[in-house]
Amino acid sequence: MAKVQVIGAWFSPFVKRVEISLKMKGVEYEYIEVDLINKPPLVLHHNPIHQKVPILIHDGKTILESAVILEYIDEVWEGPNILPKDPYQRARSRFWANFIDQKCVPATRKALWCRGEEQEKAIKEAREALKILECEVKDKKYFGGDQIDYVDIIGSFLAYWMRLFDEVAGLHLFTYEELPSLCKWADELCDNKYVKQHLPDKDRFVDRVRGHSKTTRSV
Amino acid sequence: MAEVKVIGSWSSPYTRKVEMALKMKGVEYDYIEEDLKNKSPLLLQHNPIHKKVPVLLHNGKPIVESMVILEYIDEVWEGPAILPKDPYDRAMARFWVKFIDDKCIPPMWKACWSVGEEQEKLKEEAKQGLKFLENEIKGKKLFGGDNIGIVDHAANFIAYWFPITADFVGLQRLMTEEEFPNLYRWADDYCSHTFVKENLPDKDGYIAILKSRYRSIIIWHYLSLINYVTFLVRSPHAFPIYEYEFK
Repeated sequence: MAKVQVIGAWFSPFVKRVEISLKMKGVEYEYIEVDLINKPPLVLHHNPIHQKVPILIHDGKTILESAVILEYIDEVWEGPNILPKDPYQRARSRFWANFIDQKCVPATRKALWCRGEEQEKAIKEAREALKILECEVKDKKYFGGDQIDYVDIIGSFLAYWMRLFDEVAGLHLFTYEELPSLCKWADELCDNKYVKQHLPDKDRFVDRVRGHSKTTRSV
Repeated sequence: MAEVKVIGSWSSPYTRKVEMALKMKGVEYDYIEEDLKNKSPLLLQHNPIHKKVPVLLHNGKPIVESMVILEYIDEVWEGPAILPKDPYDRAMARFWVKFIDDKCIPPMWKACWSVGEEQEKLKEEAKQGLKFLENEIKGKKLFGGDNIGIVDHAANFIAYWFPITADFVGLQRLMTEEEFPNLYRWADDYCSHTFVKENLPDKDGYIAILKSRYRSIIIWHYLSLINYVTFLVRSPHAFPIYEYEFK
C-alpha cells in the first residue's frame, strides 16, 4: 500500500490543490478517483462529517479540507515552500487564501449560478472582490512572487475553473479590460509546470458543467 | 510606543481570544477599543478590506482575522503552545477550527435572531454541528487536552457568548445539557479556567450591549414577524449584527 493516497474527483479544484502541492514537494502518491454522486464507503469512512473530497491519507491518518491539507503537506515534506517562512508573510498568505475561499469563490459561484436579483447582487460582490485581488497581484508574476505559493494554489480555482465557468455562462467577470493583472496571473499560473499537468481537460470539463447546469441551479 | 497593539471590541469573542492568546504568551500590549458604529481611521487603515476587529499590530504591521492572528502569535512568541506541535495534530486542530467557524457558530448566532420556521431550521443545522463537537470533546477536559488550545479559542463563543445571547432572546433547546452533556461540561470547564474567567466580558455588561444595539430590531421583530422572517430569508448575509459584531 502506498504511504500517501489522495481520494479525489477529476474535476475538483480542491483536489487539484492537493495534487499540485504534493507535486511541488516531489511526493509520490496513489490517486483514487471516486464517484461523488454515489459516494463509496471509502469517502464516508474517511470523511464522515463532510463526505467530501479531497482526502489525504498519510501513513493511515486522514487529513481533510484542502487548505488544511496544504499546510500539512508543507509541514511534513521538504521541498519548495508552500507558505512563506516569515510569520508575517505567512499571516498575509493565510489572509489572502481566506479572502479567495470566503469572498471570491462564493461570490463568483453565486454570480454564475443564481438568477434575478440575487445574481445581480452576486455579480456586484464578485466584481468588487476580484478588483481587490487585482490590486494585490499587480506587478507580480504570482502571489508568491517568482514562485507559486499557498495563495496561488488556493487561487487556482479562480484562475482555471472560475474562468471556464465564466466563459460558459457568458458573464465576462474575468476580462483583460477590467482585470489585466489578475488575468495575466491566471494565464501564468495555468502555464506553471506544477499546475498545468493537473488541470482537467477543458472540453471534458465544459461538457460536465453544461450537463450539470441543466439539472441544477444550486450553488 | 508599545510594540504590540490590539484594536478590538470589548464584547467581541474574536477580540477576546486574541487578548487571551497574547496573555497566555506573556506578551504586553496596548488595547485600543473600537467604536464599531463610527469606525476609526486606524481601523480602516489597517483593515481596509473587511473593516473589522480584531486587528493585531506588531511593530506597525497589521495582522487581521482572529484565527490568522492566533497562528501568528503562536509562531512569533515563546510560551504555552496554542497549536499542537505534531503536524497531524495541527491539521486536526485546524479542521475543527474551520468546522466550528463554518458549521456551528453561524447557525447558532442566526438562530438567536430569527423566528418560526427559519429559526427551527437554523437550530437543526446548529445541532448537527454540535453533535460532532460533542463527540470530539468526549473524554477530554479541553479540546486542547489539558491546556487551552486553538480549538477552545475557536469555540469560545459557544462556551460563553451563546448561552447569554440565547437566554436574552429566549431561544430554547438548542444546546441543552441533556443533549450535549460533554459540550456543556467543556463550556463550564473552559469558562471557569483561571485564565479564561479573568478575561471574559462581564455578563451584565454584554447583556447591556445586546439591549442597546438590538432594541430596535427586537421591537421590529415583535411588531412584524412576517417581514422579519422575509428579511432574513432574503438577505441573511447582510444581517448587520453578525457582520458588525464578529471578527
